[in-house]
Amino acid sequence: MNAANILTAAIANSLRSKLRTVLTVVAIVIGAFTLTITSAIGTGVSNYIETQIGAFGAKDVLSVTKATDDTGQGDEGPAPYDPDDAIVGAGFAQFDAEALTEEDLAAIRAVEGIVDVSAVQQVNPRYAEYDGHGKFILGVNDSATLTTPDLSAGAPLDNSGGEPQILLVTSYVDALGFADEQAAIGKTIQIGVVDYLGEMHEVNATVAGIQNETILATGAALNQALLDELHTTQSVGRPQSASEGAILATARFDANATDEQVDDIQTALAGKGFAAATVADQIGIIQTVVDAIVALLNAFAVIALIAAGFGIINTLLMSVQERTREIGLMKAMGMGAGRIYALFSAEAVFIGFLGSVLGAGAAIAVGTAANGLLAGTFLADLEGLQVLRFEVAPVATIILIVMAIAFLAGTLPARRAARQNPIEALRYE
Amino acid sequence: MSDGVGEAILEAIDIHRSYGRGSSRFEALKGVSLRIDEGESVAIVGKSGSGKSTLMHLLALLDQPDDGALRIDGVDSSQLSARQLNRMRNQDFGFVFQQFFLTPNATVLDNVVLPLKIAGVSRRERKVRGMAVLTQLEMADKAKSKAVNLSGGQKQRVVIARALVNNPRVIFADEPTGNLDTGTGRLVEDILFSLNKEYGMTLVVVTHDSELAARCDRQLFIRDGRAVPATAISGAPA
Repeated sequence: MNAANILTAAIANSLRSKLRTVLTVVAIVIGAFTLTITSAIGTGVSNYIETQIGAFGAKDVLSVTKATDDTGQGDEGPAPYDPDDAIVGAGFAQFDAEALTEEDLAAIRAVEGIVDVSAVQQVNPRYAEYDGHGKFILGVNDSATLTTPDLSAGAPLDNSGGEPQILLVTSYVDALGFADEQAAIGKTIQIGVVDYLGEMHEVNATVAGIQNETILATGAALNQALLDELHTTQSVGRPQSASEGAILATARFDANATDEQVDDIQTALAGKGFAAATVADQIGIIQTVVDAIVALLNAFAVIALIAAGFGIINTLLMSVQERTREIGLMKAMGMGAGRIYALFSAEAVFIGFLGSVLGAGAAIAVGTAANGLLAGTFLADLEGLQVLRFEVAPVATIILIVMAIAFLAGTLPARRAARQNPIEALRYE
Repeated sequence: MSDGVGEAILEAIDIHRSYGRGSSRFEALKGVSLRIDEGESVAIVGKSGSGKSTLMHLLALLDQPDDGALRIDGVDSSQLSARQLNRMRNQDFGFVFQQFFLTPNATVLDNVVLPLKIAGVSRRERKVRGMAVLTQLEMADKAKSKAVNLSGGQKQRVVIARALVNNPRVIFADEPTGNLDTGTGRLVEDILFSLNKEYGMTLVVVTHDSELAARCDRQLFIRDGRAVPATAISGAPA
């Protein structure tokens, strides 16, 4: 009996008791389905994050904050109050961050490798309006300098010029009443901002371009001139005693710096009491969390597969029991133990193959449908995100893993079959 | 068949075989010698528990003696590897069992070509040879039927077809008519003996049926694990 014959015989044998085989296969389908889905989510999300960083994350910028000691309840109890450590910026209060002073900025600038540093001014514009078409709430991306805009029309911001400029996200084009994206370029819009005394002012800004929304940029980007103007306007009437400062600074370094040089800069900043992270670092945290969740889900799927493996053992043991006399006959007719073993192993592997292919196929079908549904509804804002991403290599790996589990499950029954004594097997009633 | 007609194809020399250990030890064969020549028909006769089946299993290389020697074409079986033993059983021996041992839901043809499948014969040749042997046994019209749907006599003919499909030199038949009525049993016997006479196939029949035994060239009577003279078995032909 050659390999092809053994395979066809094994397939025929597995189909002899259809209901039993189907039930065993269903258990594997469930495991393989889950594993395919979870690994596709992992691939999809990682892939999205990678393209986002690769395409739009500025590679020469560090975001710098003061490294915070445990200000809350640490292991050593609450930290003592320090009046100079006033926490500022209501919007940032949750970060428990300290403001950066001029001395801090100077210290950062002094670090070797840092080309430029600027405090991130927080501005709170209320609305945007174009030509009396109605007022819309304007969200601003405070860390626009950390990203390269994904422009769909127009040009990037000019940060050196004196003209106030804005990059709007695509959803504002229709709302503000522009005919299309091109029509918006170069137009002047009014931005409403409230001063310290509660009085509304309007500031003019030119639309430099339209950008797609990405996970790194979820609001309008403003150039330095516009930021300055808005900041000046909203500070009108601010009492001298009220402290205000940026809690975040962006520091530029040489775009050609190697990873080691970036590490050195980060170490130097850490030594001076600052926390500095590149865009990749920040996204890396998300990536790590995503990876951990996906790994956990994968582990559950593998547990399901191991349970299914016991199903295979059970099915094949029954099959060996039922076919005792047949095995005895085949051995009497000169079939070697190795081939009997191969016959039952092949049956196990075939069951695994059937289950994994059906499971992976179902996962791909369901996942593709789900992708379409998700992209059209609540993930519509994240353009380019394919939550489930099915690639040949991981799917093939899953099928092979399942077949390997099935093979392992088949070893016990196959050994039992191979070891049968033909005389006793033939006497078996 | 290089040894020519009249040479011993199988020879057992003072073979012993026991099962179990200690107090439950049971000696099934206590020193039996037997010589079977090419083309002979030999009956191994005895009651159940006499050791006749054990002797057949040893002759058919399904088992190995504890003591004594077993020669096939003059070669000691203990010198043969497991692979050689398997090949010999597959190519030189045919088996006919009382309980048929057919795969019930497989077709008659599939059941018949099982030894060829084990031997690794191609699908096409399996079909040709399977159909040839079924035609020889007048079962060609049942080739596509499932084995489970056959009568007892038809099943035994399928079993004989399966034993013949490899063109064996020796057919071992263990109570071949035990499950059949007298008329059908007679037909099956006729088939077996015609194979022996017309094709010179060696026939080793294990039976407790004295009539069947009497049709063989020679009889070996077994009682309590030993060969005994014919007269020692009650009802045996003189």
